[in-house]
Amino acid sequence: MQVPILKQGNVLIATIQAALTDADLLELRSGLVQQVVRYRSSGVIVDVTAMDVMDSFASRTLLEISRMIRLRGADTVIVGIQPEVAFAMVQLGVTLEDIPTALDLEEGLAYLQQTSRSIN
Amino acid sequence: MARERHALTAAASAKSRLVDLPRGEPRAELHRELVGHLRQNRTQLREEWVARIGEARLLQAMTQEEIFAEATSVYDSYVAALETGTLDDLTAYARNLSERIIPRGVETHEVVGIVLLLRDVLARSLFAKYQADFEKLNRILDAYEPAANRIANTVAVGFVQERERVIRQQQEAIRELSTPVLQVRERLLILPIIGVIDPMRARQLTEQLLRGIRENRAKVVVIDITGVAAMDATVANHLVQTVEASRLLGATVIVTGLSPEIAQTLVTIGVDLGKMNTVGDLQGGIEQAERLLGYKVELG
Repeated sequence: MQVPILKQGNVLIATIQAALTDADLLELRSGLVQQVVRYRSSGVIVDVTAMDVMDSFASRTLLEISRMIRLRGADTVIVGIQPEVAFAMVQLGVTLEDIPTALDLEEGLAYLQQTSRSIN
Repeated sequence: MARERHALTAAASAKSRLVDLPRGEPRAELHRELVGHLRQNRTQLREEWVARIGEARLLQAMTQEEIFAEATSVYDSYVAALETGTLDDLTAYARNLSERIIPRGVETHEVVGIVLLLRDVLARSLFAKYQADFEKLNRILDAYEPAANRIANTVAVGFVQERERVIRQQQEAIRELSTPVLQVRERLLILPIIGVIDPMRARQLTEQLLRGIRENRAKVVVIDITGVAAMDATVANHLVQTVEASRLLGATVIVTGLSPEIAQTLVTIGVDLGKMNTVGDLQGGIEQAERLLGYKVELG
């Protein structure tokens, strides 16, 4: 199941719609890292609302996506982590330390608008 | 008169029959006789029992009329249980009675006490009736004692179970009452924690908070633990995890009201509070939350 990457103004939006295999995650990573420069995007939003399980590989990949995109000159926000998933993650010791997070897509866009490197 | 004569002849032959009489053979008959005796002397025995309850100063929370009414019901269920040998009705009655008297402050020792008094009153009456016929008295008491013990046991256990049920219910109620998640401003939640936090309550708090963040679309949460006296390592770690989980939902957490004792405990046990945003008191916490949300409070 491939993850569609949408372009909305200066922001790329990747909405995960179902459980992903490790290969899907790696594909998402390379897709985002390539397109962020191709489209001159300043922000990336990864929407994980539909994920009801977040294993260590998935969270590590999200962390890598965020750091790679930072190096490519844009900011990443993870949005839509479910409460149960959030607590399960911290119990596993996965806290996505330095990645900004937001409640949902709307909040994520608002966050990117506030940060200096993004649109406007 | 007939009864007396019967007792006398029985006494006369007691010695010879003591050996060859198969014990327990006429148990049903003994029970019937016992029940008949208790039925016949219902009024007198009941009054005696109530008088003894009064003497022992039990059930002081209830009026004399109430005690008499309950005593009558208990007496009748008691006799019925002796007669039928099934304890179901008595169990149900005991539960029902417990439900009514527990809220009035009746203690376990009182309930056990009155059942034992009844047992005593009945045993004495049996003794008085059969004292002429020692062997018969023995057999009657043999039949009576186990049944009476079972009944006393049933009533006491029923009472204690009911008490425990009430306690569980109250604990549940306290738990629900004690974890409010309050919205004080658009996107600002306050979670005042009061009392002792055990791991179970901590988990419940976390669930409620995370759900509250989602439902109220909160950006900032102030957790106030002024009312928490002590905290152990498990709970402290749980608090840290709650803060991190809230952040994953996009909310910033400010913890306020850490007492010196808790602060010292946390430092001693080495809980990593570096990730936490802490402010001295609730007022300061709310002020900082408002700054984070872009509110500006002006006097005027």
